[in-house]
Amino acid sequence: MSTLLLLQVMNGVQFGILLFLVAAGLTLIFGIMDFINLAHGALYMVGAYLMATFAATTGNFWLGLALTLPAMLVLGLLLELGIFRKLYQRPHLDQVLATFALVLITSELVKMIWGAAPLNVPMPESLSGSVPLAGPMRFPVYRLAIILAGLGLALGLWYVIGRTRLGMLLRAGASNRNMVSALGVDISRLFTVVFAFGAMLAGFAGAIVSPILSVDPGMGDSILILAFVVIVIGGVGSVRGAFIAALLVGIIDTVGRIFGPMLLKMAFDPAVANQLGRTLAPMLVYLLMIAILCWRPNGLFGRSHAK
Amino acid sequence: MSQPLLEVTSLRKSYGALAVTNDVSLKVFPGQIHAIIGPNGAGKTTLISQLSGQLAPDSGEVRYDGEVITHLDMAGRVRRGLARSFQLTRILPGLSVLENVAIAVQARTGSSFRFWQVAAQERALNDEAMACLTEVGLGPQAMRLARTLSHGEKRQLEIAIALATKPRLLLLDEPLAGTGPEEAEILIALMLRLKSRVTMMLIEHDMSAVFQLADFISVLVYGEIVAGGTAEDIRNHPKVREAYLGEEEEGT
Amino acid sequence: MTQTPSQMPAKGDPRIRIALCIFACLAIVPPLLSLVGLDYYTSVVTRMMIYAIAALSLDLILGYGALVSFGHAAFFGIGAYAALFLQTRGITDFFLHLAGASLAATAFALVTGAIALRTRGVYFIMISLAFGQMAFFFFISLSAFGGDDGMSLSRATLFGQELLRSEVTLFYLVLVILVVIFGFLCRLTRSRFGRVLIGTREDSLRMEAIGYRIMPYQMAAYVISAVICAIAGVLIANQLQYVSPTLSSWQRSGEFIIMVVLGGVGNLVGALAGALLTIGLEEALARFSEHWKLWFGMLLLAVVLFSPGGLTRLVERVSGRITGKGDDR
Repeated sequence: MSTLLLLQVMNGVQFGILLFLVAAGLTLIFGIMDFINLAHGALYMVGAYLMATFAATTGNFWLGLALTLPAMLVLGLLLELGIFRKLYQRPHLDQVLATFALVLITSELVKMIWGAAPLNVPMPESLSGSVPLAGPMRFPVYRLAIILAGLGLALGLWYVIGRTRLGMLLRAGASNRNMVSALGVDISRLFTVVFAFGAMLAGFAGAIVSPILSVDPGMGDSILILAFVVIVIGGVGSVRGAFIAALLVGIIDTVGRIFGPMLLKMAFDPAVANQLGRTLAPMLVYLLMIAILCWRPNGLFGRSHAK
Repeated sequence: MSQPLLEVTSLRKSYGALAVTNDVSLKVFPGQIHAIIGPNGAGKTTLISQLSGQLAPDSGEVRYDGEVITHLDMAGRVRRGLARSFQLTRILPGLSVLENVAIAVQARTGSSFRFWQVAAQERALNDEAMACLTEVGLGPQAMRLARTLSHGEKRQLEIAIALATKPRLLLLDEPLAGTGPEEAEILIALMLRLKSRVTMMLIEHDMSAVFQLADFISVLVYGEIVAGGTAEDIRNHPKVREAYLGEEEEGT
Repeated sequence: MTQTPSQMPAKGDPRIRIALCIFACLAIVPPLLSLVGLDYYTSVVTRMMIYAIAALSLDLILGYGALVSFGHAAFFGIGAYAALFLQTRGITDFFLHLAGASLAATAFALVTGAIALRTRGVYFIMISLAFGQMAFFFFISLSAFGGDDGMSLSRATLFGQELLRSEVTLFYLVLVILVVIFGFLCRLTRSRFGRVLIGTREDSLRMEAIGYRIMPYQMAAYVISAVICAIAGVLIANQLQYVSPTLSSWQRSGEFIIMVVLGGVGNLVGALAGALLTIGLEEALARFSEHWKLWFGMLLLAVVLFSPGGLTRLVERVSGRITGKGDDR
C-alpha cells in the first residue's frame, strides 16, 4: 500500500514537473505582460509534433530534441513579432479571442499536416529501463529523467530570475512595467525574449512527454486548462508559486484518481464509492483551486494587485 | 458647543512597520468646514478612506451622530448621511451626467431590484438629480456623456453625486486637485454655498482655499495630528511652519 | 426632462431596429426554405437561435456586469441534462423541463456565485472556468446517462401533444422564446436594476460610495443569466435529440465568449448578431471545407486584430463615416 502510494506520488511529481514547464512560461507572460495566452497549450502540442517528426527523420531521439528546441524558439519569436505584440495593449477579452483563434488554427493545421491519428515517439534506448523504487516496485528511468530535467530547469530558472540582471528586470517588470521602461530598458525586446523562451519551455515539455503519451491534436487543450489552474493557485506571475502549485496539482490529481475510490470504499459500499470516485477524482484539482482562492484570493505567492 | 457630528478617537492604521494613521483623534461639529492639511504622504487620503469605510482601521473608534460606525461598510455609512468624493475623479464615464446623479438618488429612494420599468423615465429620480446638477452649476450639461466633461466639470459632477445621497457630512478629498484657477473659483464658491446645509471635512493642498473656507484646520504629519485650530492659529503655529508651510514656500 | 442618452438601447435606437429586422427575417426562414426545397436548413437556423439565447445570457453578465464567465457552458449542460433527466423519469412536458432546468441552474448559480463573485478580473475568469470544468466532469461521470458518450432523447411534448416533432414548430417555439428573452433583457438593462449593474461595471467603488452593496445585484444578474442559459440548454437537447458532456466543455464556454465579443459586448444586439453569425459561419465553412476551423480561426484573428470592439463598432464606424459623425470614444 505505502509503496503503491510512493509510486503514485512519483508519477504525480513527474506530471507536476510537466505542468510546471508549461505553466512557467504562461505565468511569466501573464504576470509580466498581463497577457492571457490560450495558445500556450498549442505550443506544447506543436513541440510534441515537431519532436515526432524530427525524431523520425533523424532516427535519433536526442537529435530530434536538439532540433525541436531551436525550432520552438523561432516559432515563439515569429508569433510574438507577428501577432502577440499587437495584443498587449488590448483588453483581456480581445486577447482571449485572438489566442482562441490561434488554438483553432494550430490544431487544424496540425491535423492537416500530421493527420488526426495519434503518433508515437520511440523512447531512447539509454532511458528505457526501470529502476527499483521500493520492494518489488520499479520506476521507469524515463520518467525519472523527466523529473530530473524539470528540476534542473526549475533550478536554472530560479537562478536566472533570482540572480541575474535579466531576472531583476523580469521581477521589476512583473510589479511595475513603467519602472522598467524608466530604467531605459527596451521593454518590448524583454517581452519578445520572455515569450520566445516560454514557447521553448512549453515545446520542450511537449517533446519530452511524447515517448510516454500519444501525440494527438487534443493534447494541448487538456494541459492548458491545468496550467492555468496551476498559475492561479501559485499566484499570477510567480515562477516559484507555479513550481509549488504544479507539484501540488500533479500529485493530487494522480494520487486522487487511484486512492480516492479506495478511501471512499471504506466509507461507502463499492458501487456508490465507484460512482463517487469517478465523479470526484477529476474535480479534485478544481476543488483545490477554489479552496486556495477562498483562502488566498491572489494565489499562494501572488501579490495583491491594487486596481 | 453642540455635539460633534463626527468624532474620531485614537484611530490607528499601519502597513507593516509604517504607521500611516497614528493615534488620530478629532471632532467635526455641525455646520463646520473642517480642513485637514499636511504634506504629501502624511496619510490624509488613508484617513478619509477609513472614515468613509473603504479601509478598516487597526484600532480606534469612529463615531458618527452618536453612533459607533467603525465596522460599518461604505454603503451603510452613505445611507446614514456620510458621503465622500475621491481625489482621483470617480464618475461613471459611460453614463450621462444626469444618470450619474440619478443613480445616486435611486440608491436611497426605493428598491433597485426593479427589473421592468425604465429607470431613465422615472420623473422623481430625474427631477431630483437635475436639482443637484443645477445646484453645482452643471444643469446645462445634464445630457452629455460623463466622459466628455472637462476636468473641472467632472469635479463638480462628483460633488453633485455626493449631494444626491443627501449627506449630512461630506468628506471631500482634494476637490480642487488638477483644476485651473477659474475652475477652482467655481468650486470654492460652491462649497461656501453648501456650507449652510452640509458639514464638510476637506483635504486640500491649495492653502489660500483652505484659509478661505475652513472654520477649523487640523494638520496631519506622518499620520499624526500635530496641530489644530483656526486659520489664524495655524498660520502662526511654529510646528506647522516647520513641517508644512516651510515646504510650501520652498515649493513656490 | 424624461429622456437621457446612455448606452442602454432605447426605442428609436438603431440597434433595436436592427434586432427587429433580424427577427422579421428569421420569421420567414422556414417557408422560404421549404419553397426552395432546403428544409434541412431549418434546423440549422434553429440551432443558431438557440446559441443566440445562450449568447444573450452571457452578454448580461459579461457586457453589463463585466463578469467574464469562462464556465457559462455549465448552465447550458445543466439545462440539457435536466431535460434528459426528466425525460427518463417519464416527465415529457416542455414547460416542466424549463422549470426543472431553471431550478437546477439557480441552485448551481447560487452556490458557485457565492464563491466566484468574491473575486475579480482574471481570478473570476479562472474560478468560473473551474466550476465549468467541475460540471463537465460531473456529467462525464454520470454512467446512467451514457458517461462520456452522452445519450439520445426524444423531443418534449407541448400541451401533451408531440408538436415538437415538426422542425418548423420547434423553430417557431425557439424564435418566440428568443424574442421574449431579448425583449425582457432590453427592459431589464434599462431598468433600475440594469442601471445598477451598468454602474458597477463602470466603477464599482463609486457605486459603493453612493450607497450600493453590489454583491446582491451581481448575484441576481448571475442567476438570471444562468437560468436563461439553461433554457437554451433545454432547447438544444430538444433540437439535437442528444445530450452529451461536450455541451459544457470549456471550448463551448469559449465559443459563447467569442459570439458575444465578436458581435460587440454590452448591447444585446451584438450578442444576438454575433451568435447567429458565428454558428452560420461555422455551418457554411464546414460545407465548403473539412478544415473549416482553420478558416474560422483566421477570420476571427483578423477581426480581433483589425476591428477591435467587434461588429457593433464596425457598423458604428462605417455608418459614422457615412453620416459624417466622428468617433467620440
